[in-house]
Amino acid sequence: MQQTAPQIVEMTYREAVKQAIRDAIKRDERVFLMGEDVGRYGGCYAVTKGLLAEFGPDRIRDTPLSESGFTGAGIGAAMAGMRPIVELMTVNFSLLALDQILNTAATVRHMSGNQFGVPLVIRMATGAGRQLAAQHSHSLEGWYAHIPGIKVLAPATLEDARGMLWTALQDPDPVLIFENVMLYNMTGKISVDAGAVDIEKAVVRRDGKHITLITYGGSLWKTLDAATALAAENIEAEVIDLRSLRPLDDATIMESIAKTRRAVVIDEGWRSGSLAAEITTRIVEQAFWSLDGPIARVCSEETPIPYPSHLENAAIPQTPKIVAAAKAALGRT
Amino acid sequence: MPSLGPDMEAGTLVEWLVKPGDWVKRGDVVAVVDTQKGAIEVETYQAGQIEQILVKLDSKVPVGTPLARIRTEGEAKETAAVPAPAAPTPPAGAVAPPPPVAAKQVPPIVSIPGATVGYQASPAARRLAQERGIDLLTVKGSGPGGTITYADVEVLVGKPPAQPERKRAPSLDLNAMRTAIAAAMARSKREIPHYYLEHQVDVTQSERWLAEKNATRTPDNRLLFAALAIKSVALACRRFPAFNGFYRDNKFEPSQAVHIGLAIAIRGGGLTAPALHDTDKFSLDELMIQMRDLIARTRAGRIRSSEMSDPTITISSLGERGVEALYGVIYPPQVAIIGVGKSVTRPWVVDGSIGPRSVVTLTLSGDHRVSDGHAGALFLAEIGHLLQEPEKL
Repeated sequence: MQQTAPQIVEMTYREAVKQAIRDAIKRDERVFLMGEDVGRYGGCYAVTKGLLAEFGPDRIRDTPLSESGFTGAGIGAAMAGMRPIVELMTVNFSLLALDQILNTAATVRHMSGNQFGVPLVIRMATGAGRQLAAQHSHSLEGWYAHIPGIKVLAPATLEDARGMLWTALQDPDPVLIFENVMLYNMTGKISVDAGAVDIEKAVVRRDGKHITLITYGGSLWKTLDAATALAAENIEAEVIDLRSLRPLDDATIMESIAKTRRAVVIDEGWRSGSLAAEITTRIVEQAFWSLDGPIARVCSEETPIPYPSHLENAAIPQTPKIVAAAKAALGRT
Repeated sequence: MPSLGPDMEAGTLVEWLVKPGDWVKRGDVVAVVDTQKGAIEVETYQAGQIEQILVKLDSKVPVGTPLARIRTEGEAKETAAVPAPAAPTPPAGAVAPPPPVAAKQVPPIVSIPGATVGYQASPAARRLAQERGIDLLTVKGSGPGGTITYADVEVLVGKPPAQPERKRAPSLDLNAMRTAIAAAMARSKREIPHYYLEHQVDVTQSERWLAEKNATRTPDNRLLFAALAIKSVALACRRFPAFNGFYRDNKFEPSQAVHIGLAIAIRGGGLTAPALHDTDKFSLDELMIQMRDLIARTRAGRIRSSEMSDPTITISSLGERGVEALYGVIYPPQVAIIGVGKSVTRPWVVDGSIGPRSVVTLTLSGDHRVSDGHAGALFLAEIGHLLQEPEKL
């Protein structure tokens, strides 16, 4: 806390991401951004609008439609001493670069006996809600959280959108940042001097004592809404924003469970084999004797994300589902 | 308030396990009563719906006081009510066990230890209960499906120190128990003219039979010699009714049913002798299950009211602890107690030659007001005879 109140401004999540990129490019000459439509078009989610004019084509590089190619180029640049930010349009397309990410970026330090590292940051959009249908709407960050050798982040707040990029760029190994598509237009207040944030700790976004709601990314706000609805029924829900999906901050989760003894995990990934499954297992492994009931999960329905709006909304976690799951876990109807 | 022993005049109701509106069936445990012998579970002898609880928690009421009203199924519209425990009017002086509930009594549902836990509890509740020594059987669950949650246990933990002590049914008050034993035994020696008989029985064949039976059994299914002794006494009681029943109001009341009281030592001192109901009607295997259950519950302080009040004769066996013969003090108003000594190998004459044999000494302490030594000798001899033919038990 500073003595003089810092200036607070209103901005969008999109703007916070853009400022983070701009700040990084200004602060470190090794930093550059590349990806599809990031330059002349200004980014398919308009995150990089204006950056090409500001920094020129050496720092803001439009690439061909070849995720594997430009992700590989980013890996090479990182190994050679640069600090590239690779933007993949969405996690759905990142699968074309999965070989580069898993077989190269995540393994080079191991395979080279620690002679080489890949200080690369890959940003990508994730999540449903914009009626972009089944090939553009999935949440696959849980898959990436499976891979040793990389870090996986899910900024849900303006501060994290603004602050995680710089910290990620300082990391000697690959860091993937997942930006939920429904957050880009979210407006909020943020200090003009907001800066780098840690990328290791989960954060309790709301205190409560009856149940712990564990979530991340786009589901955080639905979960906070659910906690507000639960409070009206005298259920005090604690909301944990994971922030980092790999590594997971077990300590924060278990500390909360020790207090509330119950949990619901909210994860926009599909239920089977999900990140929610991993978190649930860790709770059972580490906090079984603190539990007062089964752990519940609110995940996406096991279907390709549908195009029609009502079906799309029904397929992914929503506030009423979270409220219902929390109440069921507490034996309330 | 049932009479849970000849010297019990009053009891304190420490826990209701039912509430108005609950349906109960015969044999269900409805309440826990604190007595000098510890916490005793009170069973209902009436099936029906609990209409009204008449005695509040922690009230001490005299034996014979109705504890609750039960509306039987046939009484849908009537207002007639039946007191929960079968003690319609207390007998004069209120010191006698309730009269022959024994005669028609259906054996209680046998609970195999471990098989019927009787509650569902969350991990957090289990841990807290274990840490604080709370018996989860005594906790009402408020979670989904009646699951006991952390908060349900926490409520008990949070009570002032005096309360949880008593809520913890398993804790037996050994001082109170000693007082009760003193009163009963002093009364016995004061009022009952004991006579004592001893009979030595060659149990070599029986032990061999047991060894063969047990050879293929897992330890938890093995038959113990005690089961043979108990069954032998039970069957002998049928032929010699003068040893099975109660001496009350200057006359002997033989009992049709045979409920053998099993003298069970309480760890830390103390003794109690709850009944194995209808002992004569069960097979040896069934008796083993019931014995294990009864002993486990007794040591955990969860004896049922009927088990306390209606043993018709008692068996005491210190056998394995090393004495060859013991002469018991009769537990009034019973009229006999059988002692079973340990099995010792003795030189013994069989068919004209001496050989090593396993010998057990049976003793009888009899009430001379009811029976004489001659009858006692025949009774003991019959027990010995039965004990030598385990295959017929």
